[in-house]
Amino acid sequence: MAQVKVPIVRNILQANERLAAENRRRFDEAGIYVFNLMSSPGAGKTSLLERTIDHLSGRIKMAVIEGDIQTSYDAERIQQKGVQAVQINTDGGCHLDGNMIQQAMDSLDLAHVDLLIIENVGNLVCPAEFNLGEHDKVMIFSVTEGDEKPLKYPLMFQTSSVLLINKIDLLPYVDCDLSKVRDRARQLNGGQEVFEISCRTGEGLEPWFVWLEGKVRERQSRRSARA
Amino acid sequence: MHELSIAQSLFEIVLEEGRRYRLERVNTIRLQIGALAAVVPEALTFSFNMISENSIASGALLEIETVPVVAHCPKCDVLCEVENLVFLCPECGEPLFDIVSGRELSIIDIEGETGEEDGAG
Ligand SMILES: Nc1nc2c(ncn2[C@@H]2O[C@H](COP(=O)(O)OP(=O)(O)O)[C@@H](O)[C@H]2O)c(=O)[nH]1
Ligand SMILES: [Mg+2]
Ligand SMILES: [Zn+2]
Repeated sequence: MAQVKVPIVRNILQANERLAAENRRRFDEAGIYVFNLMSSPGAGKTSLLERTIDHLSGRIKMAVIEGDIQTSYDAERIQQKGVQAVQINTDGGCHLDGNMIQQAMDSLDLAHVDLLIIENVGNLVCPAEFNLGEHDKVMIFSVTEGDEKPLKYPLMFQTSSVLLINKIDLLPYVDCDLSKVRDRARQLNGGQEVFEISCRTGEGLEPWFVWLEGKVRERQSRRSARA
Repeated sequence: MHELSIAQSLFEIVLEEGRRYRLERVNTIRLQIGALAAVVPEALTFSFNMISENSIASGALLEIETVPVVAHCPKCDVLCEVENLVFLCPECGEPLFDIVSGRELSIIDIEGETGEEDGAG
């Protein structure tokens, strides 16, 4: 028996990183803007998608990938709006990964799509660690979750380009100091776009729509510049 | 519990490297995990032990080194350790985007035994 020590130095998640990079290449070739939507369960991801689809449909062609631990009706909620949606059931898995997205893409017709939204599994920890090939990570935090959240989930706040603070219609009834949330989020990620919204009343959504449409148009112009 | 899928990826790398170096046993696996990575070391160890049962890595020790969060401030052109998760330059107060370390999820080396005699190369 010879004792040996062998140097490796590899990223443990390199297999996923590779798949994410492949996905990204496909998105870019097709000129599609993609964001990965993350939050705790029930913070309002599907509600935000419904609002966003209502606002942008007619002008922007969308598709949705819905991630969930078990069968859920999220994809159906989206399909009812005439938008193509595919459901991924992770069967207990707490996050989506690059491979699941690759498979889901095969059942979508992405030829004329401008915007692909991926609703991740409801969880503020795990999805932050797995890139899917998205251009931006977008997170929703709802005011019913309490203002301590940012410090408990630093990676999620650190890696998300956008923070949507949802359910502000409930602010009078909950113990959540918005200025605290904003301060903590700024300490974790000073470049984050922050929108305060209510998917129930529609308040505050307009600036989010403008931001998103800007991102989609930016991708489109790169596509036409190449064509 | 995404530590399970991280452990699975780690296990696959260990098996692959084990074949490459003809290891018959793996005793120690050294990892660097950034303080910002969403990984609980105990959960990773637990998952890995479960997955690696009846393999060359069964019972292997995971030696996990935590890497501090360090960022670069472009304005001051200095590296600063990010303490208490405040990503603002302690000198000038600018937001720090350029994270130099703290997100690692890396395998560094593995120690094991080959079937060969000592000194046989
Ligand atoms: N009061 C209030 N409820 C909301 C708001 N947005 C979503 N909800 C509710 O929160 C629950 C979960 O929403 P859903 O969009 O399914 O969350 P998801 O699990 O993140 O996809 C539903 O009952 C929604 O009606 C909001 O802005 N205000
Ligand atoms: Mg949902
Ligand atoms: Zn500085």
